[in-house]
Order: sequence, then structure tokens, then C-alpha cells
Amino acid sequence: MSRETLIDLIYLISATTFLVALKGLGSPKHARRGNMVAASGMLLAVVATFFKYVDGHSLHHVWLILLGIFIGAVVAVPVARFVKMTAMPQLVAIFNGVGGGAAALVSITEFVHIKSTHPATYVTLEVLLGVLIGTVSFSGSAIAFAKLQELMTGRPVTYPGQQIINGVVGVGALVLIVTILVNGSTPLLWILLALAFVLGIAFVLPIGGADVPVLISLLNAFTGLAVAASGFTLGSNLLIVAGTLVGASGILLTRLMSAAMGRSLSNVLFSAFGSNITASGATTREDGRSVRSGTPEDIAVLLSYSSRVVIIPGYGLAVAQGQHVLRELAEVLEGKGIEVFYAIHPVAGRMPGHMNVLLAEANVPYEQLKEMDEANSELQTADVALVVGANDTVNPAAMDDKTSPIYGMPIIRADLAENVIFLKRSMRPGFAGIENELLYNPKTLLVFGDAKDTLTKVVAAVKAS
Amino acid sequence: MGNVLLQYATVLVLTIFVGTEIIAKVPSILHTPLMSGSNAIHGVILVGSILILGAANTNLEMVLGFLAVILGTLNVVGGFVVTDRMLEMFKAKPKTAKPKSDEVAE
Repeated sequence: MSRETLIDLIYLISATTFLVALKGLGSPKHARRGNMVAASGMLLAVVATFFKYVDGHSLHHVWLILLGIFIGAVVAVPVARFVKMTAMPQLVAIFNGVGGGAAALVSITEFVHIKSTHPATYVTLEVLLGVLIGTVSFSGSAIAFAKLQELMTGRPVTYPGQQIINGVVGVGALVLIVTILVNGSTPLLWILLALAFVLGIAFVLPIGGADVPVLISLLNAFTGLAVAASGFTLGSNLLIVAGTLVGASGILLTRLMSAAMGRSLSNVLFSAFGSNITASGATTREDGRSVRSGTPEDIAVLLSYSSRVVIIPGYGLAVAQGQHVLRELAEVLEGKGIEVFYAIHPVAGRMPGHMNVLLAEANVPYEQLKEMDEANSELQTADVALVVGANDTVNPAAMDDKTSPIYGMPIIRADLAENVIFLKRSMRPGFAGIENELLYNPKTLLVFGDAKDTLTKVVAAVKAS
Repeated sequence: MGNVLLQYATVLVLTIFVGTEIIAKVPSILHTPLMSGSNAIHGVILVGSILILGAANTNLEMVLGFLAVILGTLNVVGGFVVTDRMLEMFKAKPKTAKPKSDEVAE
């Protein structure tokens, strides 16, 4: 067997491990092992690459390569290990962005490298796609990171003529691509790079904080596609398979996420959702309707005399760092023979499935986490729906108010439970800035205050009773 | 165009179908690790980065390739470590004594 065949065989093994890893994610039990398998496959592929011949010689600059890997690893490991779980979305955004940047760089360098050989038009096209998509992913992820990290406003950034300017930039990029295809000019490639960079920023600016999870998922798909494009240019099946897998998964997830919000993808990306609503919705209605508010002790009594409690957590819980106390409460209630589970809305948190990770971190067993549909069928027989730090995901307006911006979004039917308890910081509407009718329902009990403080008091009161 | 391109296109198309099939089966509870895990997988661009730096002839190619290796490593190492950290937390209930009745109904 020749050296090249052996390396290709190793690449095949690596590609297989990636599939095994994704398949492992079908259940929490095998997921971690799958990830380890993929990491080993990746290591194998990287090591094998050092033995490859390029342009008929063995790799040059081996020490420089090793230095680059060393620098990357020294930065990545501590960051990945020690960042808080609530900050996970921005971390994924940044790792995604650097991947897109790497793909763009690989494509450009390859173009510079092979230019003297006058590559075929389709090769140039692959390069240009790699540069365009990779760079958009890079700069877009950077802005998404800034929004999530609150380095800039999470609100949609809009300015007059925005759509037109974006359109011009987009069309400009296309014209450039065609021109480069025709004359193979390298200077124009750098202009395309700059334009793609601007395009990524312009694309992400008008997307509101609540929609950023969908966006990250899409940018993840972009990076995957950019990697696949580089794979075409370099003639590497491994890169094509891995890139395409990620592209497919990202696009699928993006569609699932938009569906979970009851909106189309184009609505998420282009409508600057939340910019006009917040202007009108923030003015609370002054029609003097009263809400029923209670104390932690009231809640403790209500919970203690229930037989089935459904907890509906939202991002507000994570902000208050109340996950551990919440889990303690659930355990105390279970100790009293009360059935407790968590109903998780698909878009609760700041990325798909984020709430599950946050609860898992607080040692909540995953059997207790129920998906929306399953939870809804059980809520009818629940005595208490305990809503902690969530708002829009339980807002009945999504079902019956056609004028509501969130109309059509599937919700968790907290309103079906016998009693509803809301732990809220204030009467302020949620992230999307929409009034919630459920707060005024006679069966709803509100407790204002920091979720963690309130929960701590409730736990004490339940224990005492 | 040649057969090589066609061969790559075949791989591309088949992967789209296989990938979609596998990923559609991932439960929503694991969507964050899925995103993070697939994020790590596209870190395979590191292999491409190594190849272009290894083939670099000019200073420009070397600088770009070196940057690509750093970025690629950040992606792949960070991606796998974060995913592992997330998945580590997904634990089953410690006591398996009480099988839940409502799980059968699924």
C-alpha cells in the first residue's frame, strides 16, 4: 500500500468517527463517548497529515505548523474549560467564527499558491465560495459574540436604507466573483474578502438578541459549507464529508429553531424582530387590571399540597443563577412524594437546547427534562405550573391573539395547569417585549423578586411545613 | 471538469442525506451539544491549514497559512473540549430504583 493510500484510509476512518459522534448524540448516554471517538479521529487525521506529500515534497515549515497548533491549543483549552455555562453560546459563536476564518484563509492561500498554474474556472469558483462564506461566518460570528457578550446592544441595529445597502454589498460581491472568475485577478480577491467581511457584519446587525441562537446555528452551517468548499479546492474527501455534515446539521437545526418560534427563517433574518415592538409594547397597559401576588410561603403551601408539579424554566433562571436552588426544591418536593418534572421550550435560553445544559450543570437528571409536546399533554393534569424566569414561551397570546408578534409560536401550556405560579423580577414584559395575559389570570400567583432568593425562601418554607 | 469533481460531488450529495438522517434523530435536549460538537467537527479545516502551510512557497502564503493553523486549532480544540464539558454534565438519575411510569407512555 502506498503512503498516500494509507493516509486516505486514515482519513476515511476519521470521517467515520465524525458520523459515529453525531449518531452518539441520539442519546445522552452515548453522547460523551461519541465526542471522544470523534476527537480521537480528528487527532488521527491531523497526525496523518504531517506525513502527506504536497507538490511532490514532504511538508515544509513543520516547526511553524507545530508552533501554530501549540499557540491555538494553549489559548483554546483554558477558555473552553473555564467559561461559565451561561456564556456557552458566545463561546460556540467564537469557535465557529475562527473556523470560518480558517476556511477563508485556506481558500485564499490555495488560490495564491495555484494561481501561476492558471487553475480551471471551477477551481476558482470553489475558492471564491470558500472565501465568501468563510469570511461572512467569521465577521458574522464576531458580531453575534459581541451581542451575546453584551459588548454591544442586543437590540436589532437598524438604520435608514439598511436593506438597500445590504443589497448593494451583496450584489457587489456577486459581481466581483464573476469578474474574478473571468480574469483571475488576485487584487480583486482581496476586495472580495473585505466586502465579505462587511457583508457578515451587515447581515447580523439587524438581528435581535432573542434570535441570535438561530443565527449561530446558521453561521455554524456556513462554516461547514466553507470547509466543504475548501475540501473541493484541496481535493480532500475528509474536508468535504466533515464540512457537509456540519452544513446539513446546521441548516436542519436552524429550520427546527425557526419552527419552534413559529416564524420563517427569512422572518428571523430580515425582519429586525423586536425593534418596533419594544417601542410600543414597553408601555405597560394602564387599564388598572390587578394581578394576584403572593409570598414565598404561599408558594410553599401550594406546592406542598400538590401531587404533580411542572417547572417551566426560562433564561431568567440562569441569569439569577437559580438552577441549583431550583433542583433542591424539586428534590425536597419529590421527597414528599410529589411528582416533579421540567418542561423545556426548544428556544428557552440563548441557543438551541441551552436550558437543558444549564439544568444538567445543576445535576438535574435528564429523565426529568421533558420536551414541549410531551410536557403539554401532561400539563392538563398538573396541579401547579411553576414558571421561573420564562415569559414569552408560556404566553397564550401566541395561540389566540392574531395581532401578537409571537402569534403562531408553539408554547408550553402553563395555562392548562390548575394553578400557575410566576417567579418574576418585575412586571416588565419579556425579551420580545410583549404583554402576557396569563399574568392577569385569576389562577395565577405572582411572586416578585430575584428568582434565586425567592426559591431559597420557598425551599426553607417547604422544608418547615 | 473531469471525473474527480464528479467523485467529490457524489461524496457531497451522499453526505447531505446521511447527515440529515442522523441529525434528525438527535433529541432537542441535546441540541446545544450537537451544535458545539458539529462546531468541533468543522475544525477539520486544521488539516487543510496544515497542508497549505506545508506547501507555502512565499512569505505571504506562510503568514496566511500560519494564521489558518492557529485559527483551525482554536476551533478544533476549543470545540471538542467545550462539547465534552457539556456532555459530562448530562447524568442519569443516580438511583435507578424507581422506574418512571410516564416514560412508558412515550
